[in-house]
Amino acid sequence: MPMTISEKILAAHAQADQLVPGQLIEARLDFVFGNDITAPIAIDVFHKAGGKKVFDPQRVALIPDHFVPNKDIQSAQQAKILRDFAREHELPWYWEVGRMGIEHVLLPEQGLVLPGDLIIGADSHTCTYGALGAFATGVGSTDLGAAMVTGRAWFKVPESIKIIYKGQLRPHVGGKDLILYAIGQLGVDGARYKALEITGETIANLPMDDRFTISNMAIEAGAKVGIIPPDELTENYVKTRAKRPYHFYQADSDAEYQAVYEWDVSRMEPQVAKPHLPENTVPVTELADVAIDQVVIGSCTNGRIGDIRVAAQILKGKKVSPEIRCIIIPGSQEVYQTALKEGLFDIFTEAEAAISTPTCGPCLGGYMGILADGEVAVSTTNRNFLGRMGHINSEVYLASPAVAAASAITGHITHPAEVAGE
Amino acid sequence: MELKGYSFLFGDDIDTDAIIPARYLNTSDPAELAEHVMEDADPDFANRFQAGDFIVAGKNFGCGSSREHAPIAIKAAGLSGVVAESFARIFYRNAFNMGLPIFESSEAVADIESGDELKIDMDSGQIHNLTKGRSYHTLPTPPFMKELINAGGLVPFVRKKVENGGYA
Repeated sequence: MPMTISEKILAAHAQADQLVPGQLIEARLDFVFGNDITAPIAIDVFHKAGGKKVFDPQRVALIPDHFVPNKDIQSAQQAKILRDFAREHELPWYWEVGRMGIEHVLLPEQGLVLPGDLIIGADSHTCTYGALGAFATGVGSTDLGAAMVTGRAWFKVPESIKIIYKGQLRPHVGGKDLILYAIGQLGVDGARYKALEITGETIANLPMDDRFTISNMAIEAGAKVGIIPPDELTENYVKTRAKRPYHFYQADSDAEYQAVYEWDVSRMEPQVAKPHLPENTVPVTELADVAIDQVVIGSCTNGRIGDIRVAAQILKGKKVSPEIRCIIIPGSQEVYQTALKEGLFDIFTEAEAAISTPTCGPCLGGYMGILADGEVAVSTTNRNFLGRMGHINSEVYLASPAVAAASAITGHITHPAEVAGE
Repeated sequence: MELKGYSFLFGDDIDTDAIIPARYLNTSDPAELAEHVMEDADPDFANRFQAGDFIVAGKNFGCGSSREHAPIAIKAAGLSGVVAESFARIFYRNAFNMGLPIFESSEAVADIESGDELKIDMDSGQIHNLTKGRSYHTLPTPPFMKELINAGGLVPFVRKKVENGGYA
C-alpha cells in the first residue's frame, strides 16, 4: 500500500511495514525536549515514573528560552530546575543565556533534529522540524516526562492533507505569507489532528528559513505536523550540521490524502492576520489605515538570519517612526552573531530599533515588549489571540519581517514596496 | 480485554468544563472529582449510572481546556470508558495517559440508544450492542495500549517497567 511521508516515518519508528490512519502505535523517538515552562513539570513526571536516568543523554534537550534571561523570581526558579536536572544527568544539550536560542531556531541549527526523525517536544511549535522532512509534534509535559525515561511515545497515525503551491512569488512575499494564506484558507482547526504535507514548485524554490516559518505555523491550522519533502536545499542545510545520520523520506506518488489543495500564489500580496485569530488573513493593502504602537521582529516563527536580513534591507537608511517601538530579537546566538558580523546591527541601531538577546519573551506576553490597554502591534510571531502579547484590550497583527519592518518606518501597516520606493 | 455496561447518551462538543466544572479544580483527588463527573452536562448523572457503564457522545468529546482532571473524573467514577464519534485531540491523549479506555465509532454512536447494554471487545475492536443484537466496528486497542490502560495510565505504566528493569 502506498504511504505518505508521515506514514513512512511513523512506520519506520514503530517497526511496522504498513500503517493506516487512526491506528495506535508505540514508536521509538529520535529526540525529545522541553523548555523552562514545560520541562519542570516533565521532570516531576520523570521522577514519579521512577526515572533514574534519561534514555539517552544525546537525545534529550532542555532549553530555557521562554522567560530567560530570568524575568522574575518565579521564572528564575523554573529555569533552575532545568539547570539542576541537566547537571545531575550530565545532559550535553543545555544552554545558558549567551549560548542559548529559541528552541525551534536552535535545535535545527545545532543539527540535533534531522530529516526522517521522529521528535516530540513539550511545546506546540515543535512542528517546525517538518521543514527538515521530520515528523515532529508538540505534546504535554506528561508525555515528555515519560519519554525522557523510555525514549518512546504512543501516536495515533494521522490522516494527511496535501498542499501544493504553484507559481513564482512576487517581491516581498515569502514563507510567512504562504502559511498565513494557508491558515486563512483552512481555518484554525481545518487541519485538526492531520499531518500537512506542503509541496509544489513554490516550496522547491524557497530557502530553508522560509520553510521553517511555514512548518512552524502548521499548528495554527490545528495540524499535528507540517512536513516539507526534503530536497537538495535540505541536504545543504543539514550536511554540515548533523550530529548523527539522517534519512530522507518521500511520499509515494499514489499515497492517499484526506484532502488536496492546490493554490497558485504567483499574484499573492503579502498577507496579514488580523486580531484575534491567525485565520483572519487578508492582503496587506486592505489594512493600510491601521495605526500601530509596536513592532516585534523575531520568535521561533521569524527569528532566523533570513528574517533578520529581510528586516535590515527594509530598515537600511531609514528611521523607525518616532511614535513606534521596534524590537528586534534574533532567534539564537548564531543568528545574533551572524547579524552582528554582517553589520545588520548598525542598520538597526541607526534606524533606532532595539535589539534583544534571544528569547520568546513578547510573543506569549511574557516580557520584553508587553502591550498596554488599547495598543496595537505588528508582529512576526505566530499567535494573535486575545491578550496574547499583553493587555486584554491590545491587538496583534501577524505579518512577515518585511511587512513588520515597513510598518515600523511608517507607523501604520504598510506594504514593503511602499517604503522601498518601488 | 472486555468491558460491559449500559450506555448514557450525550451530544456533540461536550467540553471539559461540562465533564468536570472548573469550580471543582481546587482538588486533584480522583474520588472528589468523580462525585461531580459530567455535572454541567447532566446534573443528575452521578446518581444514575452504575460502575462499568459507558458515556456515548457525538463529535469532539473533551474539547476545551487541557485539564487532565476530565479523564481522571470519568475513570475514578468507575465508568468503563467513552464511545464517541470523535475526540478533541488533547483529551484523546490525556485519556489514554490517565488510563481511560476510549473508542471512536460514528457507526456505534449513530445507532446506540440511551440504556442499551454494550460489550466492547478491545482485542477485536468490536462494540456489541446486546440490547439491539448488533455490532459496530472500532479500531482494536493494541497490546501496548491495553498494558498502559491496565497499569492505570502512562506514569504507572513507565514506573512498572522501570521497576521490572525495563528501562535501565
